[in-house]
Amino acid sequence: MPTSSGQAGARPEDETPPETQFDNMDQQRHAGLLGMWVFLLTELLLFGGLFAAFAILRLQYANVFAEAAQHLDLKLAAINTALLLSSGLTMMLAELAAGARLRKVAVYWLLATILLGLAFLAIKGFEWYSEFRHQLMPVLGLPFRYPGEQPAIAELFFNLYFIATGLHAVHMLVGIAILVVMLALVRRWRRPDRLDRQLHIAGLYWAFIDVVWIFIFTLFYLLRG
Amino acid sequence: MTSVVYSESEDRHATPRDYLSGGWSIRSWLLTVDHKRIAWLYAVSITGFFFFGSAAALLIRLELISPAGDLLSAESYNKLFSLHGIVMVWFFLIPSIPATLGNFLLPMMIGARDMAFPKLNLLSWYIYTLGGIFTLAAVIAGGVDTGWTFYTPYSTLFSNSAVLAAATGVFIVGFSSILTGINFIVTTHTMRAPGLSWLRLPLFVWANYATGLVMVLATPVLAITLVLIALERALGIGIFDPALGGDPLLFQHLFWFYSHPAVYIMILPAMGVVSEIIPCFSRNPIFGYMGMVLSIMAIALFGFVVWGHHMFVSGQSMYAGILFSFFSFLVAIPSAIKTLNWTATLFRGQISFSVSMIYALSFLELFTVGGLTGVFLAALALDVHLHDTYFITAHFHYIMVGGAVTGYMGGLHFWWPKLTGRMYSRPWATVAALALLIGLNLTFYPQFLLGYAGMPRRYHSYPEEFEILHVLSSLGAGVLALGYLLPLIYLSWSLRHGEKSGPNPWDATGLEWQTASPPPVHNFAETPVVTEKPYAYK
Ligand code: HEM
Ligand SMILES: [Cu+2]
Repeated sequence: MPTSSGQAGARPEDETPPETQFDNMDQQRHAGLLGMWVFLLTELLLFGGLFAAFAILRLQYANVFAEAAQHLDLKLAAINTALLLSSGLTMMLAELAAGARLRKVAVYWLLATILLGLAFLAIKGFEWYSEFRHQLMPVLGLPFRYPGEQPAIAELFFNLYFIATGLHAVHMLVGIAILVVMLALVRRWRRPDRLDRQLHIAGLYWAFIDVVWIFIFTLFYLLRG
Repeated sequence: MTSVVYSESEDRHATPRDYLSGGWSIRSWLLTVDHKRIAWLYAVSITGFFFFGSAAALLIRLELISPAGDLLSAESYNKLFSLHGIVMVWFFLIPSIPATLGNFLLPMMIGARDMAFPKLNLLSWYIYTLGGIFTLAAVIAGGVDTGWTFYTPYSTLFSNSAVLAAATGVFIVGFSSILTGINFIVTTHTMRAPGLSWLRLPLFVWANYATGLVMVLATPVLAITLVLIALERALGIGIFDPALGGDPLLFQHLFWFYSHPAVYIMILPAMGVVSEIIPCFSRNPIFGYMGMVLSIMAIALFGFVVWGHHMFVSGQSMYAGILFSFFSFLVAIPSAIKTLNWTATLFRGQISFSVSMIYALSFLELFTVGGLTGVFLAALALDVHLHDTYFITAHFHYIMVGGAVTGYMGGLHFWWPKLTGRMYSRPWATVAALALLIGLNLTFYPQFLLGYAGMPRRYHSYPEEFEILHVLSSLGAGVLALGYLLPLIYLSWSLRHGEKSGPNPWDATGLEWQTASPPPVHNFAETPVVTEKPYAYK
């Protein structure tokens, strides 16, 4: 698929001067990447507090939580996990394509990543909707009718579930917004070396969203025994 | 891998202009990305919050002069100490040294032109200031009376919904802390001058780096805790409320997981300041540099495993209590190492009692008292007796006010000539420093006795027999107020009328003293190359 337009900016050394506080491009790239890593660490800890709270309550009310987990839709969540993991792959391919200066290819892979992300959100929305229909959504004063034992504690489980998946969905939206901006930038294709860096940083963020989902999937859906 | 030392853009500043000569228009300040100007922006906001919080403190002390509790009602007293605690902890102590002195000096001390992310730096000031004003408005207008800890279920069931706004404000300000932390870490990692290896870094840089780590690791946990409180209040979700199946202890675990390390966000930078002042005014390299570095990192890390000492009597298991007690004793070790090393540095030196040295020595006294009483509190059995008495109040004021604020004042006086290019009035500054030392001890020492005798904290009236000690404490607060007000006056005066100081009035080592005062826009006319260890005195 490499087309002529893909080579538009393909000079290996588009040297752009670094920002004034840096001595050279290397230093700037290093700083940008490290900054993103540290930021992701803080994000991980944000979810970490939530997961720790969940883990403590899960030990305390093991049976009720395990039973409540069976009311979540494991099948949909598994499909979502597959979608999200694939999107991690397409994102990596987009980065590689941009690095090889194949503009069009990079555009396609980015588009694929965005679509996979949107599909994830659509399924998630559908899942929430069916929980709402089964009256398992205790937020906003909605009625909560839980068929099993100890509904008050099951309610706690669902509260944590909605907070965790909600917070994750917010991060997905931010991630998709970043990817849309990247898509526009790649289509314009100015200063490919800089695009490389930006894509790499965006890719890190996307991978992080992936990782958090894996935690949610394991803690909320899989621990049902 | 030492790279080219100047970039082309630097040539534009062939004749270095100082960072203040860029003008005094509002625009040149509010849109600046120069870390030195941003440090001043912080200094102004932080000073504002500090005097606000202090006014509340004085009212509290005024109330406690008489046993009857006749000046304020119980409710207004609760609101007042909440206001005082919220402002002092979240808007003064946590940002104080890192955001002002750290911001100004960290890039200079490593020979860099600016922070790695200057725009982020400015953004974090906006977040801090706007978030702070928002919180303050919520606290005052709404009459929040939960104390600065927002303990659940009180904060979540409490009829007054201003708690929601206040917690949101503190949450927002947390982002500024995180951004500052990221900036410090990345800057220290990537922007050191050629030759400046990790073991040649000044201890103030190490301290701010470690503070950055604690900010980045702890603040997000506080953030999620505040989000949960907000959700519980707004949506009636039961995470902490036992009536809804939640667990209030969980709140305390999450809260103190942040807030104990937060104490180190406050004290580590002050330790860094003292580690610069003491070698300079005893003309001695710091004793045991490597031990100092290791103890900084040890304090930062151990800080994360002792949160449970705030919960000895709140119903956690006895075994957890014993474990947390043990870890708390461990933290005392690196602190003791630092204190001993400072003393050893003094011991072999030619001491001159400059103003900043008086502050540094005050720090040593106050921090030692605060630290040793902390060891009392780490002992499980003793804490059961002393918990929630004035002993606690005295202990944390010795650490937070005696340690953190005194360190801040010392640093301000040490680097003032660098910040402004001018000197301040030495006699007045000496008076202020002594007022601070005397005032602090007079205010808070009696509170140890009060607490030991059984006076609980957060009461607006008390039995007659406690009167003398309370009056002494209030008297001390007056002296202390003098110690904080005087500098505001003579430092402002020196901005215009102070003598010119020259680049290095104290004859100190360190890269920041090798450039002009006030420094040029990009700090150095030429990027310095470092060839020796820090504190090469004598
Ligand atoms: C100017 C001298 C000061 C005086 C006279 C003073 C006095 C007080 C008093 C009487 C209380 C209430 C104690 C209680 O009933 O529990 C208090 C609480 C507190 N103060 Fe101060 N204070 C002063 C300065 C400071 C400073 C400078 C800071 C921080 C930089 C600070 C931080 C706190 C904190 C965190 C609390 C805890 C509030 C609570 O009980 O939750 N104080 N102070
Ligand atoms: Cu603590």
